[in-house]
Amino acid sequence: MAGKAKEIIFDPLSDNNPITIQVLGICSALAVTVKMETAVVMCVALTCVLTASNTVISLLRTVIPSKIRMIVEMAVIASLVVFTDQVLKAYLFDISRQLSVFVGLIITNCIVMGRAEAFALQNPPGLSFLDGLGNALGYSIVLIIVATVREILGAGEWYGFSLFFLPKDYLGNGLALLAPGAFIIVGLIIWVQRTIIKKFEDS
Amino acid sequence: MENLINIAVKAIFVENMVLAFFLGMCSFLALSKKVETATGLGAAVVFVLGITCPLNWVIHQFLLREGALGWIPGLAAMDLSFLNFICFIAVIASMVQLVEMVLDRHFPPLYNALGIFLPLITVNCSILGGSLFMVEREYGFLESLVFGLSSGFGFLLAIVALAAIRKKLRYSNIPPGLRGLGITFILTGLMSIGFLCFSGIKLD
Repeated sequence: MAGKAKEIIFDPLSDNNPITIQVLGICSALAVTVKMETAVVMCVALTCVLTASNTVISLLRTVIPSKIRMIVEMAVIASLVVFTDQVLKAYLFDISRQLSVFVGLIITNCIVMGRAEAFALQNPPGLSFLDGLGNALGYSIVLIIVATVREILGAGEWYGFSLFFLPKDYLGNGLALLAPGAFIIVGLIIWVQRTIIKKFEDS
Repeated sequence: MENLINIAVKAIFVENMVLAFFLGMCSFLALSKKVETATGLGAAVVFVLGITCPLNWVIHQFLLREGALGWIPGLAAMDLSFLNFICFIAVIASMVQLVEMVLDRHFPPLYNALGIFLPLITVNCSILGGSLFMVEREYGFLESLVFGLSSGFGFLLAIVALAAIRKKLRYSNIPPGLRGLGITFILTGLMSIGFLCFSGIKLD
């Protein structure tokens, strides 16, 4: 049991990472990583929604009729997202403005739906909670790496602090802040990670 | 009129759903292996975005926004806009179901062509994103109709172009770690750089 729990948490961090291996939840990963600040808030929001939705759906798994399970899942996820959005608006108004529509889009974030379908519907609440946590952490790691690269290259700062190893007159590479920079950086991260863990796709 | 053309050009080229806002990435990456499936999915997205955007506009305008319930005495101060997400996703899910049933009954060839892509569209972020942007930018009814159709068309354009490029890549010698997902991301990045040349275009 302990071994299984450990596997459930640590597997999604690298070998079965939701973004780079399972290819889920990419939209928000790219959009909110211009700065560390927004990326961290997004990670926290997703972690809350994913662990809560996995637990709730797992508790309900015996009573949900399989024909309408999608709609039930959507209702659970959407209510959790509304709740998260209201909390963010109340306590972190500036950041919630910067995240714009992307908090709402957690509803259609494939990780949440995907983990509910693939794991929570077949497993007890405790394990589902851990699965949600593990996948949320895997997502957060990728987000934080991407945001770090983009903020350092693009603005010459990290979490708003200036960095000692960069020259004072560092201009910032605008491309890293724009959409293409995000795509290319994620592509390179996938390359590095797959080369390290030796998991290749046939093309 | 210029306003509408401006919204259309902006949604297709300047602020392309996929290449500038990263919306609908999951299906964009997964279903761009063949040009035919890409076209099918793109057409379904145009169709559903064109219907749900104006429909959600009506719901937001007459039921949910602050003061929208003014026609019921005593409810003029009601602000239900926190229900936006739930109502929009419910409208999208039921519209997709309805469109599927109507197409199945009356236009079987189109239904067969779209196939599995129609139900998948419910969880495509670009559909919900379209409705949320429409609220955030305070479009009117006609504007939201044009915005929905042209964002869908932007998605179609991007996914068909990517599918065509990936087809060409089939015989190239790509480093093993980049095969599949990695190279697709880098390709999308290069396409996105291409689309950057449209930025700043404004017709008014």
